[in-house]
Amino acid sequence: MTLSASTTAVTFSQLTVTYQEKPALQGINTSLPKGKLIGIIGPNGAGKSTLIKAAMGLLPLTSGEVRLFGDTLEAVRRHVSYVPQRESVDWDFPASVFDVVLMGRYAQLGLFKRPSKEDREIALNSLYKVGMETFQHRQIAQLSGGQQQRVFLARAMAQEADLYFMDEPFAGVDAATETAILEVLRELTTAGKTVIVVHHDLQSAASFFEWVVLLHTSLIASGPVEEVFTRDLLQKTYGGRLNFMADPEEWVKKGAIAAGKIS
Amino acid sequence: MDHLLDFFSFSDPNVVAVVLGAVLLTASSGVVGTFTFLKKKALLGDAIAHAVLPGICAAFLWSGTKDPFVMITGAFLSGWLAVWLMEQIVEKSKIKEDTAIAGVLSVFFGLGILLLTYIQHTGNAAQTGLESFLFGKAAALTGKDLLVFTMTGLLLIITVILFFKELQLIAFDEAYARSLGLPVKKLNLLLTSLTVMAVVTGIQAVGVVLMSAMLITPASAARYWTNRVHRMVWLAAFFGALSGLAGAFVSYTAPAMPTGPWIVVIISGIAVFSFFFAPVRGVLVVRWKRRDLARPARVVLPIDKNKN
Amino acid sequence: MDAFYIIATAALFAISCGLLGAFLLLRRMAMVGDAIAHAVLPGIVIAFLLSGSRDAVWMIPGAAALGILTTFLIEFFHEKVGLQTDAAIGVSFTALFALGIILISVYAGQIDLDQDCVLYGEIAYIPIDLWITDGGQIMGPRALYVGAALLFVNLFFLFAGYRKLQLTTFDPAFAAAAGISVSLWNYLLMGAVSVTTVAAFNSVGAILIVALLVVPPATAYLLTHNLRHMLYLTVVFALLSSFFGYWLAVLLDGSIAGAIVVCSGLFFGLAWLGKGIRRRTDLVF
Repeated sequence: MTLSASTTAVTFSQLTVTYQEKPALQGINTSLPKGKLIGIIGPNGAGKSTLIKAAMGLLPLTSGEVRLFGDTLEAVRRHVSYVPQRESVDWDFPASVFDVVLMGRYAQLGLFKRPSKEDREIALNSLYKVGMETFQHRQIAQLSGGQQQRVFLARAMAQEADLYFMDEPFAGVDAATETAILEVLRELTTAGKTVIVVHHDLQSAASFFEWVVLLHTSLIASGPVEEVFTRDLLQKTYGGRLNFMADPEEWVKKGAIAAGKIS
Repeated sequence: MDHLLDFFSFSDPNVVAVVLGAVLLTASSGVVGTFTFLKKKALLGDAIAHAVLPGICAAFLWSGTKDPFVMITGAFLSGWLAVWLMEQIVEKSKIKEDTAIAGVLSVFFGLGILLLTYIQHTGNAAQTGLESFLFGKAAALTGKDLLVFTMTGLLLIITVILFFKELQLIAFDEAYARSLGLPVKKLNLLLTSLTVMAVVTGIQAVGVVLMSAMLITPASAARYWTNRVHRMVWLAAFFGALSGLAGAFVSYTAPAMPTGPWIVVIISGIAVFSFFFAPVRGVLVVRWKRRDLARPARVVLPIDKNKN
Repeated sequence: MDAFYIIATAALFAISCGLLGAFLLLRRMAMVGDAIAHAVLPGIVIAFLLSGSRDAVWMIPGAAALGILTTFLIEFFHEKVGLQTDAAIGVSFTALFALGIILISVYAGQIDLDQDCVLYGEIAYIPIDLWITDGGQIMGPRALYVGAALLFVNLFFLFAGYRKLQLTTFDPAFAAAAGISVSLWNYLLMGAVSVTTVAAFNSVGAILIVALLVVPPATAYLLTHNLRHMLYLTVVFALLSSFFGYWLAVLLDGSIAGAIVVCSGLFFGLAWLGKGIRRRTDLVF
């Protein structure tokens, strides 16, 4: 199966999601481009995680629809990967680092089927990419927060998808891990994959992402970071909560310089 | 109809004993259960109900008599031990709370069964009636049982009234209660003890398994009628009492019917009714209320957002 | 020979329960197992009344239906009604269990099931209830065959679904995103627990099934970080508990099922203390 030639990775049309009668997302209409590192930004409770969960079919849509590569989720599921929040699982689960990464290959396995040698190689290769190969036999209970996040990233990469949804991959990780994860994500986008990340830190967002979605239950803006990261739009997203002397345009400039250094 | 009149004339002293016993018991366990419910530890009552059995049997083995005081002491000891063990397992190992509860509950009960069968096979004549702790004997309550129920019921209710605000605080936010300098550990021990007391008296009427229902279900029903804790306590007591009364009535009209299970089926019916139709949080009521508001709200919300 | 039959039957049930229980434990659904073990009672009674026999052909669908119903009720009360999980579990299973007891007393004359049996089973009578073929040949205790068939079915289920169960247990959101039906596997597991419960019900009773579901896997969970090893160790502890439990019961002349549970609890205690001691000595050296 090949993906259609569509230039957009995700299209939300009139998407509304309600949680127990309260709207979590309201009339979202936007398209996200292929091959970019995209950040979903907004205050707490703005519906950031809800947006990617809705795209992955993890919660019922009240109205509207989501298309991935111009197709339904079912048609392209094998090309899409999801990285849940680190806290959403029980890290006491009896498994090694390698076991968890290998789970990335399970979706393709039928009943009774064991992972093939190729599956194992792919899993090991993903561990190399996130710099965790020496930890492959380590019990997951013994990992630090940053290492857990890298394992999740490796598991997603083992799926060999074209579109990645990640829920707060930078939350609670150390600076070294942050750089390492960012590098991996940039490598993915360079290889033509699309990476969509829920992120809560405004300042770093400016330097991380090429494209930004500003969200506060409804869509505030969606576009290239230098167009969207304006004082006006951020004020609209965060309301009174953006009360520090911030200069978003300056962050973007700094971010571009920093990105230039990295790449 | 005759049955109804006969029953409510309370001319039969036996009926009076059964009704009073059932009502006191269900009401007081409803009151205590409200706090374990609010602490989100409703299944602790289930665990304690099972865990008192080995204590009762051990107390009998040790004393050789069915002296209620000795038996209750035994029940308290094993009830406390079970709660302590569950806490230790959760704190000091990677075992999670649900497994700790299920494990302690079933192992204590297994030990109780082992001791009970051991006692039965020793042929000790005094042991007859020990199984009433397993299955209950609500329909055969005597005046003496009634006295015990009245005393414990009153004691439970008075204690809850005295410690109402402390119990409310530890049920809602233990960390905050600690920051206020409340003796949280002692209060938890108090709540555990109240639960054990409700269980020890209650299981003689309805049996081990159904005792859990007497602690959990009235509080669950009451939660749907109010958002205030003190009203919830009263409602839980009222629903408990209502089911106790109805259960006693059923076993009066049909003596072959087991009282305990009927009490539980009735309180469960009240709970399910409350889940859907209770005015404050009943699901259908809430949905119906929301539907009235839904249309204007949908138009207003986005405009509100922009104003902010 | 009776001792062998009883130990073998108990071990077969204990292994089936433990293997499924390992997944319940990891899903934090141990108390749902407790609920199912009680709630199958009305299913058993109704199947008994409809079929007039204690035949497994009737009992198993009856119990499976009730097990699924319990799972559904708990989920319904929790998600649609907004009742907290612990209360949802407590309300559902006690109501169903009470209903079962009422049914038993209403049809007391027609049902060969009493309350003791419901709570703690009668494994001691297993050697008496023999399977005799039409030709008159004695094949051994019926429960032994039930236990073996049950274990076979459960092993089949676990081999077929091992990876899906592992993934939906560890990270349901990821599994769902990858297109695996999390609720299907949940209901399959609960169905297996219900069927296992009913098959073991007559022998060991409701509450001791809970112990077999929870305690051997919990012991294994303490000792390993590897899911496969956890399952193997569960089997080991199930076997050891059945063996020592039987002899403890003989020694005390008490309930065999009760003694098996006590032994499983002792193994848990030993494993837990052993872990504690090892951790302390680790600190010293």
